[in-house]
Amino acid sequence: MFSRRLFLKSSALAMYGTSTAPAWLSRALYAADAPSPRKKILVAILQRGAMDGLNVVVPHGEKAYYTLRPNLAIPRPDGTPDSVIDLDGFFGLHPSLRPMKQIYDAGDLAIIHAVGSPDPTRSHFDAQDYMESGTPGMKTTGDGWLNRALQPEKAVSPVRAVSLGPELPHALRGHNEAVAIDNLNDFKVRDTRGASAFENMYAGSHDVVLNGTGREAFDAVKRVQDIQKQTYTPAANVRYPTSKLGQNLMQIARLIKANVGLEVAFTDVGGWDHHVNEVGAKSTVGQLANLLTDFGQALSAFYLDLGDRMADVSVVSMSEFGRTAKENGTRGTDHGHANVMFAFGGGIKGGKIYGDWPGMEHEQLYEQRDLDLTTDFRDVLGELVTRHLGNQHIASVFPGYDQPKFRGLLS
Amino acid sequence: MRKTLALAAAVFCAVILPAQQTYSQFEKKLTGDEEILQALARLTFGPRPGDIEAVKKMGLSKWIDLQLHPERIPENEALTKLVEPLVEPSGPGVFIAGLANVKVAAVQRLGPAQIISAEQVAMLRAGTAKENMEFLATLPREKVVQLLGVMPMIRQRVLPMLDPDLRREVESGNPTPGVAPQLPLQELLTPQEIQMLRTGTAKEVDDFIRTLPKEKAAQVLAQMPAVSQKVEAAESKMVEVKSMVAKGQPPLNQLLTQEQTQLLRTGSDKEGLDFLATLPREKAVQVLAVMPAVRQRLLPLLDADLRKMVEKAVPTPAQPGQTLAQGKLLRAVESDRQLEEVLVDFWYNHFNVDASKGSDRFMVTGYERDAIRPHVLGKFRDLLEATANSPAMMFYLDNYQSKVPLPDTPRLRAFQSNPILKQAAARGLNENYARELMELHTLGVDGGYTQKDVTEVARCFTGWTINQPVQGGTFTYDDQAHDKGQKIVLGVTIPAGGGKEDGEKVLDILARHHSTAVFISRELAQRFVADDPPPALVQRMAQTFHDSDGDIRAVLTTLFTSREFFSQGAYRAKVKTPFEMIVSAVRATGATVENAAPLVSQISALGEPLYRKLEPTGYSNAGEDWTSSAGLLARMNFALQLAQNQVDGVKLDPGKFSIAPAAVARQILFTDAAQQTLDAISRALSDDQGSDQTPPTSGLIAGMLLGSPDFQRR
Repeated sequence: MFSRRLFLKSSALAMYGTSTAPAWLSRALYAADAPSPRKKILVAILQRGAMDGLNVVVPHGEKAYYTLRPNLAIPRPDGTPDSVIDLDGFFGLHPSLRPMKQIYDAGDLAIIHAVGSPDPTRSHFDAQDYMESGTPGMKTTGDGWLNRALQPEKAVSPVRAVSLGPELPHALRGHNEAVAIDNLNDFKVRDTRGASAFENMYAGSHDVVLNGTGREAFDAVKRVQDIQKQTYTPAANVRYPTSKLGQNLMQIARLIKANVGLEVAFTDVGGWDHHVNEVGAKSTVGQLANLLTDFGQALSAFYLDLGDRMADVSVVSMSEFGRTAKENGTRGTDHGHANVMFAFGGGIKGGKIYGDWPGMEHEQLYEQRDLDLTTDFRDVLGELVTRHLGNQHIASVFPGYDQPKFRGLLS
Repeated sequence: MRKTLALAAAVFCAVILPAQQTYSQFEKKLTGDEEILQALARLTFGPRPGDIEAVKKMGLSKWIDLQLHPERIPENEALTKLVEPLVEPSGPGVFIAGLANVKVAAVQRLGPAQIISAEQVAMLRAGTAKENMEFLATLPREKVVQLLGVMPMIRQRVLPMLDPDLRREVESGNPTPGVAPQLPLQELLTPQEIQMLRTGTAKEVDDFIRTLPKEKAAQVLAQMPAVSQKVEAAESKMVEVKSMVAKGQPPLNQLLTQEQTQLLRTGSDKEGLDFLATLPREKAVQVLAVMPAVRQRLLPLLDADLRKMVEKAVPTPAQPGQTLAQGKLLRAVESDRQLEEVLVDFWYNHFNVDASKGSDRFMVTGYERDAIRPHVLGKFRDLLEATANSPAMMFYLDNYQSKVPLPDTPRLRAFQSNPILKQAAARGLNENYARELMELHTLGVDGGYTQKDVTEVARCFTGWTINQPVQGGTFTYDDQAHDKGQKIVLGVTIPAGGGKEDGEKVLDILARHHSTAVFISRELAQRFVADDPPPALVQRMAQTFHDSDGDIRAVLTTLFTSREFFSQGAYRAKVKTPFEMIVSAVRATGATVENAAPLVSQISALGEPLYRKLEPTGYSNAGEDWTSSAGLLARMNFALQLAQNQVDGVKLDPGKFSIAPAAVARQILFTDAAQQTLDAISRALSDDQGSDQTPPTSGLIAGMLLGSPDFQRR
């Protein structure tokens, strides 16, 4: 078969020879050969366990916040290291999220508050499932929103949709190919004869599940084998934390820079379920502070590592629901309702807090206990899918929610 | 499943409508041989050579009945010997993980956080000597002695201020050595400071190190080699500090280049091991001594000699649950009471406790042995009660701290204004256990409870707590913490004035609730029949559950005698979990496990580390949740290693396998392999002709079969 891309490549080489091909031509060649290396990319981060959004982006201008949380509230911004980092006079960042402040100040980080899933469940499992399927209240949705966000194309990369971790999360399941990669360097069958036998037996198997997963795995292995030969060096002065989240984001950056056709990536980070001792002796120590320190450092390392390439990449974070507005009896918080999301990169109009603030007075709270919801998480994700990834078929990405109210994160 | 769903997704514009399943496959019968294989695949962790013949000889229904009565099966003596020496290291309540139900005296090396709360520890560290003294004055005397025994920095700080009697007591319990002892990092710095040192810029680190007394700086740097590298990067002038460090362990940057360090940190296990093999052994030990994360990951995979050298150089406590996990694996491979082991795995996962959460590391061994194992075939109500009365569960789901709030009195307000007592004044309810008890342990998320029920159940369980972990971390009921008011749970009134019986009543209501009968039956059917089990079967099991007052053995008898269990719909319908895959491979090949640690670490690599599921949901019972590209590749690599006798700690003679793929298939799968599988093997081997590779061995062929789609199903 004489394909167009083969023709382009050979004629270009005939014209210029291998070593003298000008940069513009090799880029054009690559664009025709591989699935476009400069596609828009969406990275989704799920914070499992229900992050306490009220202590992450703190409504320090809200009196009730301090009344409801005598032991847990982050002190009002006063410039000291343990107080809120003010953003707009009403909201501010948890002091352990200092690295995120730079992204905010650069006008790249958008914050959406009082956002989440309209489903009333306070079950972690159900709520995460709904956030991944993109269909709150519907348990029978087998595929995930991030998989449906991919658009049909003729030639697609086998690593267009990647989850970092040993299992493929619900968000990425569906009819588009998607792979789970735990460690890029390990992603191969080490014995060549074994690899060949396995590839053929899975490709020929009548077992639909194993056949599909096996094919995807071997296609992806071929696509990343060149990356495996090199060690990855992030941009100068960028240090990813050694945590799982830090390492996962570093591997996503590695895939992006290698131009292997990545379009959507997913990673999660657990441990946010702070029923007990959420905050330590001061706001910058304790369980929440430790997780936020890691979170902020990992995200900002990713942002700095990608540099100009961030123009093509959007990162969005979410957590299944928020936590009670009032602290509980064990210096923690129980399961609540609305939460906060972060989004940055890819032309997002940052340096701004989006969403309507519902207030925290008793009668303003959802079921008199939790932050109320004013933005559906699908409004945010839908806008990124439509305006960043360019997928106009929002009704098939979020079935049953075809009129999302975009908040204007992107123009 | 995923692909089928995917097709449906394409058709139904991405929303999967609940397909009108007829479950007709569950009406189709199996042949006699298939029935035996099906029973072995579900009631055991996979057949061993000779099992099929043994079941045939005994008769299938008699064999199933015997598995349902494990007490009638003499336990394998070799297994007892293997498991007995496994002891979870240190901590309150040291348990022998062996089969014997022995509890040895606690050899205690407590951390401060087991004596007082983590906040109080932080407060002590951050406070002045005077503040420390004020706080210590609120504690009982014995506690002060214990605490100062484990917080040497604080001891040094307050010792001169203690009254002479107390001082003598503290000193006699904790002789102060002449030289400053090597303190653990957590004693030297706050977690925040440690974090900053790990992740801060060279300048920040350098600035901070300069603020420390010289001796302390040296101790810190000796334990944080990566930090000493940073300090050097900032061209610190702290020559003294560096020379002090140099006297001990050489820092990492003198041992390895940055690329090598990077390789060890981020490369695969295999790459790490290959690299270490290129170093002189002493140097490998030095490297692992200063790279704790790498050491933790690679230690179980090292050859025995090198491992011993490293363990001698750096005595590290085992990972929480490590030896317990080894015991679990050995039992799964060797025990003749296979159904019991399958059920211990099932019920532990149903009532999941994560061994890596704080003190639970010391409690999970006792939890499995005393709360789970005795009841796996008993009454559900007893099993539920045993988990509710376990310190492991009360700690894991935070109930031990849940208390009735203090009444609003002048005393309370005085407490609230005192910074040290403020925390005690803030006591109150914690909903975590109450919610998961209904959502995950009994009713199921759609079982018909409300947020109000969650709060009411939480009130009923106030006071269900843990004795001082110092005394061994036992369960206790604290009436002072109990909410005495009236509660209404799922429409049932629990009158005011009750004590521990309030919680017992809740367990009665939940254990006998219709939703519980259905939820538990469905989970069992998911484990033993298919990811989407036929509702008619679940209904019959739930009826048995109801009729027998939650007798698990009776429910399983309904399941194992059903036509659905012995049907085409169930036959080979389950993809093995990572644990099942590894254990069944060891069993099928008749390999001998000499050291279970490397296999335990392989299970983690496949995605489901034993005893370390963070969330209370446990691992999913449905195959689509663990079938992934990364998982499959890891299975294939493991299969090839195992069959070629390359897994450390496992002995296998590859010569026992035939060289003809079809014959090896029958040796390992106990039935014929799919034609595609055999064709693929032949092709891979014939492509190979004329290459410079070594000729194919029977071990390689066996490995290909262990990694085949055929072996991934049970």
